Amino acid sequence: MSEHEYVPKSKIGKWFNDRLPLLSLASHLTDYPTPKNLNYWWTFGGILTFCLLTQIITGVVLAMHYVAHADLAFASVEHIMRDVNYGWLIRYIHSNGASMFFLAVYIHIFRALFYGSYKSPREVIWIIGLAIYLLMMAAAFMGYVLPWGQMSFWGATVITNLFSAIPLVGDSITTWLWGAYSVDNPTLNRFFSLHYLIPFLILGLVVLHIWALHIPGNNNPVGIDIKKPSKDTVPFHPYITIKDTFALLLFMIIFAGFVFFAPNVLGHSDNYIQANPMVTPAHIVPEWYLLPFYAILRSVPDKLGGVILMFGAIFILFVLPWLDTSKVRSAVFRPIYRQFFWILVVDVLMLGYMGAMPAEGIYLVLARVGTIYYFLHFIVILPVVGYLEKTEPVPLSISEPVLGGTADYSMAKKDNEKI
Amino acid sequence: MKKFKFLFYIFFLLNIIYPLKSAEQIDPIKVDWSFKGLLGKFDRSSLQRGFQVYKEVCASCHSMQYLSYRNLGEPGGPEFSEEEVKAIASTFEVTDGPNDQGEMFTRPGRPSDKFVNPYPNVKAAAAANGGAYPPDMSVLVKARKGGANYIYSVLVGYEDPPAGVTLDEGVYYNKYMIGNKIKMPNNLSDGLVDYSDGTEATVDQMAKDVTTFLSWAAEPELESRHKTGVKVILYLTLLSILVFLSMKRIWSRVNSKI
Amino acid sequence: MDKPEKKTTRRDFLFTTSYTVGAVGLGAVVWPLIDQMNPDKAQKALATTEVDISQIEPGKSITVLWRGKPVFLKRRTQEEIAEARSVSLSDLPHPEKDEERVKDGKDEWLVMLGVCTHLGCVPLSNKGDYKGWFCPCHGSHYDVSGRIRKGPAPKNMEIPKYEFVDSNTIKIG
Repeated sequence: MSEHEYVPKSKIGKWFNDRLPLLSLASHLTDYPTPKNLNYWWTFGGILTFCLLTQIITGVVLAMHYVAHADLAFASVEHIMRDVNYGWLIRYIHSNGASMFFLAVYIHIFRALFYGSYKSPREVIWIIGLAIYLLMMAAAFMGYVLPWGQMSFWGATVITNLFSAIPLVGDSITTWLWGAYSVDNPTLNRFFSLHYLIPFLILGLVVLHIWALHIPGNNNPVGIDIKKPSKDTVPFHPYITIKDTFALLLFMIIFAGFVFFAPNVLGHSDNYIQANPMVTPAHIVPEWYLLPFYAILRSVPDKLGGVILMFGAIFILFVLPWLDTSKVRSAVFRPIYRQFFWILVVDVLMLGYMGAMPAEGIYLVLARVGTIYYFLHFIVILPVVGYLEKTEPVPLSISEPVLGGTADYSMAKKDNEKI
Repeated sequence: MKKFKFLFYIFFLLNIIYPLKSAEQIDPIKVDWSFKGLLGKFDRSSLQRGFQVYKEVCASCHSMQYLSYRNLGEPGGPEFSEEEVKAIASTFEVTDGPNDQGEMFTRPGRPSDKFVNPYPNVKAAAAANGGAYPPDMSVLVKARKGGANYIYSVLVGYEDPPAGVTLDEGVYYNKYMIGNKIKMPNNLSDGLVDYSDGTEATVDQMAKDVTTFLSWAAEPELESRHKTGVKVILYLTLLSILVFLSMKRIWSRVNSKI
Repeated sequence: MDKPEKKTTRRDFLFTTSYTVGAVGLGAVVWPLIDQMNPDKAQKALATTEVDISQIEPGKSITVLWRGKPVFLKRRTQEEIAEARSVSLSDLPHPEKDEERVKDGKDEWLVMLGVCTHLGCVPLSNKGDYKGWFCPCHGSHYDVSGRIRKGPAPKNMEIPKYEFVDSNTIKIG
């Protein structure tokens, strides 16, 4: 790629670049040839970077005021909300930021599923992405414990108890995680430490994720490789940066809507009651972004089985590139897979809904159906459809479908004349 | 495919609506609070009256430990004057110390003091109230599903129990309370407090005022949050338009849809 | 961003406006992140302390905490006052009359921040060459008026804002 040819103009620049090629890197990043047909679903990578940085910055700030002690944590959060200058703003950005982060990551993941971005040669990008997603869940879960409200405490209790399902060593592991004989002050302390650590691990993985992306280059809505870079691609800057910025601003409007006008709507009211080890809230629910997995967990009547299935629901995604047998990447040209894709989306949303409902009656039945379908999709449907499906003709190059419409061409010309 | 998209939207909506609905209990009364909505603000006089109700009725059992007397004078709250705040604070006896002799002592409250707790600790509070701890009211409105509407509804929701429901000693029937059983007696009655601004102290009025006060206590930042929010969203909209136009210009150099 | 071509002034204007508006927004975001490190509302509210001085004998002093710093309240004897006032201003690195450092008619009460003006240590009382205070960190000597006489400290110890609420009570802050 272009960084090999890059030579800084100034002497100092060249001197420095020979020793540490930061300028070459910057040049590579700005000139990075990006398919010009990327649609708005591709802007979520940039949005996610924004989310991560927002969480890190607000998190570092909150840690300046937060006290990780079972007796003081709840009060310190109230202190942030009431006394710290702009504390309420920073905390609400951080707490809603977690939700926005997951909203964006789910869109990002489903975009990859739709356009086949996980397929060869992009398997490693996909796997690093899943590792990031796992770390995000860990960070979010531990972060939710920190305010030390009722949901914090009981969420921590329920999730850490998952590990007790492991045969023989389960109880020892749970006790080890707690550092006590229940979720208690040592647990809170270590969760705070890890909650502070994980975002930086994520940051490191993000670098790898982007690095791995820049080897084969971006996938694109038609899912074919770039034939002629000069025709099929645009430099990342300014074309993609400006588009990402625009999408980010729209995203930020929604984000701001939550922060300023409904800051608690995504949380649970019980978390404004201080943790009480003697009383469990009537209805324990995890944060919305974990609900589908919670539904899978509860749909199995066996403790260990539920835990295995829940983790399996995530780990099955790691082998997805090898479960999908289709040669065609983008679902745009896969009429059958396209249908199943939307069924999967509905299935996951339904599981999310069931995860929020009490595990009884029709809810439990539907959760079970949803769980079975989820695994069916990956283990059976995906490999079989890949073999049987008659795909639609794939265009020869990216430019072809884009240039196909003459209307676009004339519009562009008109705009040029204006200038 | 359309079908599935439709289902997608249905579930999406269900996921959003879910937190608002609840299975067993009847919906709380919807009140048209002045602090709801994008530009919602608290009604100052209602906040001041609400504080009076809190002080004369609730404070004998309920703590409000995360508030300080100085909060009563801060912008966006009841906005008592500095002198009024000092006068209010000085009516409370605050334990301070230890002094140079190593002993705790009491002194009149100052604006910087936290609201004085009616009981020394949670267990004492529970013991004095038939085993039920009167919850701290600092963030009570945020800690209950339904928020202000729910608190107000419970305050006006006392009724004789329907036939077939028997209540233990010290338990009362409330239409809106989760499970309908509440250990707090109906403490409000018409004319219970003497409002200094001449407002008639009906049960409904007092319930509304004290709920307004509790809503402020739970979200003292509400007014500045709303104000900042409107500005932020206007700003982001403006910048989006500018960036959108810039994007159109930049992309006009290549023959491609954006 | 690409160098805007010179002929297209309208495009320049659009880009410049976008950049400016964006930069204003970034600036507005940075302020809360900075301001959150300033003293919070609870800290600001604790800015006054009332002290009962009825128990202090002449020649003795007490130390109270105000804003996290020690404040010395010394009830000086007549000899000490006389000595403090006999010093010629020209002998002082930071010339200040003793009268300027106490309240009118309350000559015996010296109220000052017990913080060495060198690097913030707490000086020891009744120590040093001038029978006032001596800072053990780097050897600054203060007199009975809390004025620097010898050593690296550049200034006299600071007098906080305070007032006599009544004859037995001082309110600092």
